[in-house]
Amino acid sequence: MKSFTKLTAIACPFDEINVDTNQLCPTRFNKLPIGDPYLKKVMFHDQRFTHDGKPRNTDFIFNREPYKKAEIIVADHNWGIGSSRESAVYAMASFGIKSVIAASFGDIHYNNMTKNGLCPVQLSQEACHELRSLLLKNIGAKITVDLEELKVIAPDGTEYEFNMHPLKRRCLLKGLDDISLTKQYMDTIKAFEANHHKSKPFMTVQKPT
Amino acid sequence: MPGKTLFDKIWDSHVVAEEEGETLVYVDRLLVHEGSRHSFTMLRNIEMPPYRAEQVFGFADHYMPTETTEGGIPGVRDNKIRGMLELMEKNTSEVGVRYFGFHDPDQGILHVVPPEQGISQPGIFLCGADSHTSTHGAFGSISFGVGASEAGHIMATQCLWQQRPSPLRINIDGTLPFGVHAKDIILGVIAKFGVGIGVGKAIEFAGSCIETMSMEQRMTVCNMTIEAAGRMGMIAPDETTYEYLEGRPYAPKGELWKEAVEYWGSLPSDEDAVFADEKTLEVEKLDPMVTWGTNPEMTLPITGTIPFPEDAENEDQRREIQGALDYMDLQPGMGMEEIEIERVFIGSCTNSRIEDIRAAAEVAAKGTAKVEAWVVPGSKSIKRQAEAEGLDQIFTESGFDWREPGCSLCTALNGDLLNDGQRCVSTSNRNFKGRQGPNGKTHLASPAMAAAAAITGKLTDVRTLE
Repeated sequence: MKSFTKLTAIACPFDEINVDTNQLCPTRFNKLPIGDPYLKKVMFHDQRFTHDGKPRNTDFIFNREPYKKAEIIVADHNWGIGSSRESAVYAMASFGIKSVIAASFGDIHYNNMTKNGLCPVQLSQEACHELRSLLLKNIGAKITVDLEELKVIAPDGTEYEFNMHPLKRRCLLKGLDDISLTKQYMDTIKAFEANHHKSKPFMTVQKPT
Repeated sequence: MPGKTLFDKIWDSHVVAEEEGETLVYVDRLLVHEGSRHSFTMLRNIEMPPYRAEQVFGFADHYMPTETTEGGIPGVRDNKIRGMLELMEKNTSEVGVRYFGFHDPDQGILHVVPPEQGISQPGIFLCGADSHTSTHGAFGSISFGVGASEAGHIMATQCLWQQRPSPLRINIDGTLPFGVHAKDIILGVIAKFGVGIGVGKAIEFAGSCIETMSMEQRMTVCNMTIEAAGRMGMIAPDETTYEYLEGRPYAPKGELWKEAVEYWGSLPSDEDAVFADEKTLEVEKLDPMVTWGTNPEMTLPITGTIPFPEDAENEDQRREIQGALDYMDLQPGMGMEEIEIERVFIGSCTNSRIEDIRAAAEVAAKGTAKVEAWVVPGSKSIKRQAEAEGLDQIFTESGFDWREPGCSLCTALNGDLLNDGQRCVSTSNRNFKGRQGPNGKTHLASPAMAAAAAITGKLTDVRTLE
């Protein structure tokens, strides 16, 4: 997994609330394998392109310069709700997005981001609003997301602190995939299992009748 | 020490280790489907076989054709869809995962088959590579959806790193009025408390109404917990649960069954258990509910009228309502029953079980479908049961299309799609933009309400049908 430490990049203000993962990756693109070149067009596909992939709706923010080059999105609340599809994150990453700042996230999507080296940042709704206002006044302005220092730096220098669970943060900072981390626990897992199956034998998968 | 909730009891009995505030939890069962290719690829890349293949179950549902299964997988015309079905056959057989595949006599949706098979049980920790895994919480288990990387992690280690959610109790009290179903309850909950109520929460549904519900109804309620942003919904196991489970293929037998029932009886939340929050919905005055907008919170009673954006509480909401009105092509002030529709879909992991099919058939028998109306049972076993009861005949005679089991028009992955911009009444779980096809307009409703809309060609209060 790619690590995420600190990023200063063009940020796109996106004020729609309750953005669901169907918008981030319309269902028919779930079959695309990771690395498929078409994935670049998938994020908000149906607002950016016609059904057969021709450009449309040039007003849509991700179709416009400089936001075609955005690496950060400043959203509002409930970013990434709905389906558990990880393809939503593959689509964001293929577009070039590396971090999303939002007032709240869909639980599964938040985890999916961290498993793919993207940094979800939870700030208050007021902070998201302030950041978006600054970005609208100063088109193409850059924001810094600093995961080491756990802060966001606005274009005007204002700093916002955020939190991330220490383990998720450590994995992101080091680009650690958590299977290798969990492998270190295999003895503990085996001991747990032995006791689990012994104390609750009915929970063990039974041979079907 | 305060008492423990149902959630606390199950969580605490599955803690393997803790590190920096995250818990390594043990996963008793993992459910995957044809869309889970990335999880299998992950395992191949790190050269690890599944650690406990017997605890993983695979299902052919998302990409299953529902028009006909004649010709088998080679008969599926679309190359990409056929490829997904072939790949899952290969992936599961290579590593020895039990696969309820294309040709299995018990094939069906991953949230319909495990309950039928007795794979979903009280007290277990179950994950699925699909957000509607919350369904299985109806049995009194911790059950939730995970992404592809998390599913791969579980296959490799049978464990998952998680932050402990906090328990929230939603009491559903009262007796369901005539014409009002489990679907109306969960839509009512989301409409009343919002799509964000469940963030970071494990929701326990309790109350007098839940206690009287069948397992099918409980599954419908827990299924849509994710639409309230709750990763898991759960209901305490009781006699109804045991009665449903006993004798099913994967359920414990003999002495083990007795031991299990004794343990399950210890799971309900203690009387002095502490919840982070508690909410109540009274169902006595609940009407049949239908969504009008582009997320499940945008729900109204069938007797309601489309909202005016200017009545919104704040600017964000005003914009959201306006956006939904534009997308759904509706006018503020319009009565819900004035909305004409073009398609009906009865099916999905929310509402494709035998009780749902029966409820829809009862209404279908009152008329003839005015629009294209599909009935897609959740599994082959449900299809057999419905046919044994003659329900397929009722549908066919009323002009409904009786189809093969799968996810079909809920996920719209298998080639089943709305035509561009069509308006559909659907018993599924998501009315997101484009969910059922490009520019498709979805109104979520119960199976009875969907069947009513089919025979009138518009949103219709099922209680008023002769």
